[in-house]
Amino acid sequence: MSNPSVRPSRGYHPLAGLVAARLREFLREPEAIFWVYVFPLLLMVALGVAFRNRPVEVFRVVVCAGPQAESVQRVLDADARFRASVRGEDEGRLALRTGRADLVVAAPADLKPRYEYLFDPTRTESVLARNTADDVLQRAAGRRDAASVDDRPVNEPGGRYIDFLVPGLLGMGLMGGGLWGVGYAIVDMRIRKLLKRYVATPMPRSYFLASVILSRLVFTIPEAVLVLACARIFFGVTNHGSYLAVLLLIVLGSFTFAGIGLLVASRARTIEAVSGLMNAVMLPMYIGSGIFFSTERFPEAIQPALVLLPLTPLLSAMRSVMLEGMGLASLVPELAMLAAWAVVTFALALRWFRWT
Amino acid sequence: MSLAIRCAGLTKTYDGKPPVEAVRGIDLEVAEGECFGVLGPNGAGKTTTIEILEGLLEPTAGEVEVLSLRWRDRPDAIRQRIGISLQETRFSEKLTVRETLTLFRSFYRRGLEPDEAIARVSLEEKADAWIKKLSGGQKQRLAVAAALVGDPDLLFLDEPTTGLDPHSRRQLWEILSECRRQGRTTVLTTHYMDEAERLCDRVAIIDHGRIIAEGPPRELIARLGGRHVVEFSLQSPEAADLPAHAWQALPGVTGCRFENGTIRLSVAEPHVVLPALLAWLAERGWKLASLVTRHASLDDVFVALTGRQFEPKEETEP
Repeated sequence: MSNPSVRPSRGYHPLAGLVAARLREFLREPEAIFWVYVFPLLLMVALGVAFRNRPVEVFRVVVCAGPQAESVQRVLDADARFRASVRGEDEGRLALRTGRADLVVAAPADLKPRYEYLFDPTRTESVLARNTADDVLQRAAGRRDAASVDDRPVNEPGGRYIDFLVPGLLGMGLMGGGLWGVGYAIVDMRIRKLLKRYVATPMPRSYFLASVILSRLVFTIPEAVLVLACARIFFGVTNHGSYLAVLLLIVLGSFTFAGIGLLVASRARTIEAVSGLMNAVMLPMYIGSGIFFSTERFPEAIQPALVLLPLTPLLSAMRSVMLEGMGLASLVPELAMLAAWAVVTFALALRWFRWT
Repeated sequence: MSLAIRCAGLTKTYDGKPPVEAVRGIDLEVAEGECFGVLGPNGAGKTTTIEILEGLLEPTAGEVEVLSLRWRDRPDAIRQRIGISLQETRFSEKLTVRETLTLFRSFYRRGLEPDEAIARVSLEEKADAWIKKLSGGQKQRLAVAAALVGDPDLLFLDEPTTGLDPHSRRQLWEILSECRRQGRTTVLTTHYMDEAERLCDRVAIIDHGRIIAEGPPRELIARLGGRHVVEFSLQSPEAADLPAHAWQALPGVTGCRFENGTIRLSVAEPHVVLPALLAWLAERGWKLASLVTRHASLDDVFVALTGRQFEPKEETEP
């Protein structure tokens, strides 16, 4: 890394020097590389695989033992979407309750075909199994469709969970990187009295704060590119908007969270204090800003509070660009909210910052 | 001769319950080219004083001029011309010595080449080593190099050798003596009296936030009334009852102190005192348990002034 023959020229700018020092320190810290670059990728792969969208799987149906049981089983098994087995009703209920069956069909011995469906209305696959099985059994019983229907399956990238997740992970990386990268580093330097040593030099204090934020930006862009590239290679996630818009959002998000990191670290004197503060700041956003699932799942009443969190507008803007191809012009409210967070936190941090 | 530092009526009170008066009225003048030592036990107010001079702390009251400038008028002009080594700074562990000094060099308009600063503190072999790999003494030399890299007119060193082993201390003393030979004004704090005697043109001894003595080390020692000390203890317990003036009656003795059974005489000429002392003891039939003669030191000055013993001379960190 350091070549003795390379000597910096005179007039080497202090800001460049400070940024270079931060970059060197970061690159020489293998753990930091892992958490910043490798961890988000692992998370993406794990979540992308766990929640991959699959064609609806085979429904597991239990047919309650009885005189009609075998004929019902035969009808269902003839359809590739079902795997039916004949068992007692109690056993069927247990299987349904524990998620090992999607549907229990009982066929009381009547003259006319009559079926009872036991299903769980809160489970999507259970409801689907009920409707599909009903359809198949009704046709077997002689129902004729009144209208002709053409099925045209659509499975375009853009609507899958992974497409939703990738912008979320980008935002999460910006938040975590900004807070940990800035907050932890600053408190560490304060403890080591390096901040005090710096203010004893003629280096302008604003250069130091600017160097922390700029170096964040330098770490962030490769991190985002890596996530986007892997998402594309492994999951075919594409960006429906412009990459310039995504880049601008990353830069703005990175400033915002670096500002919040500065503010969180502006007074803390111990690593414990700053860690606690950072967790307190990040936890609401991990849950409420829509990293892993849409904020629409939260009740209407708390929506206005969620919008105030800085990560919420960032993710919403990022998804609007990447998933819907919207331009930045239509995202002015989100951008304004982010910029306001960046400016206010940076100004407060400058004011409160404790150097010694 | 113009002054590098002038301060008057300096006080610093830290808020708290009760408030802590760390500095209670200090007046100092340091001439250009001088090596000035601020001495005192831990907690005497040395670091607070030097940090006020360095512009890192605001005094509660008092006037400070550094290089004829005031902190509130020209802070950047002062910072361009001073070099500082704090009592404890842990530089970034994963940067090399050269990288660290290059960074610090970039903060100053003029200064030494980083390699030149490395050579001044004899760290050439470690120039490309990570700071993490340096020993305590090497880290301290790096701190001095970081103070020198801006080629300062005035150098502040806060306890540059505290916690170092004797060999590292001597290495650092050589570096500091070289700075002194180059005529760079230096202010250093220390709680090692021998260090001050060796390095400083003048010292101020601080105790409880006040200067209790000031002057060239030799002069302070001479004020004791003798440049030599005869220290002895006796096997006979009844000797302890003898008052100080009884010992001072011996020819050539200018002062007498007792400490833990040891009797310490300040003397101008040991060769006059010793025969008289031995004859006097023989008359009474008292036997010596120990006898040492040595040059008087600043420790003796401190003890004479405060009646308290100074800290152990050699301190090594656990």
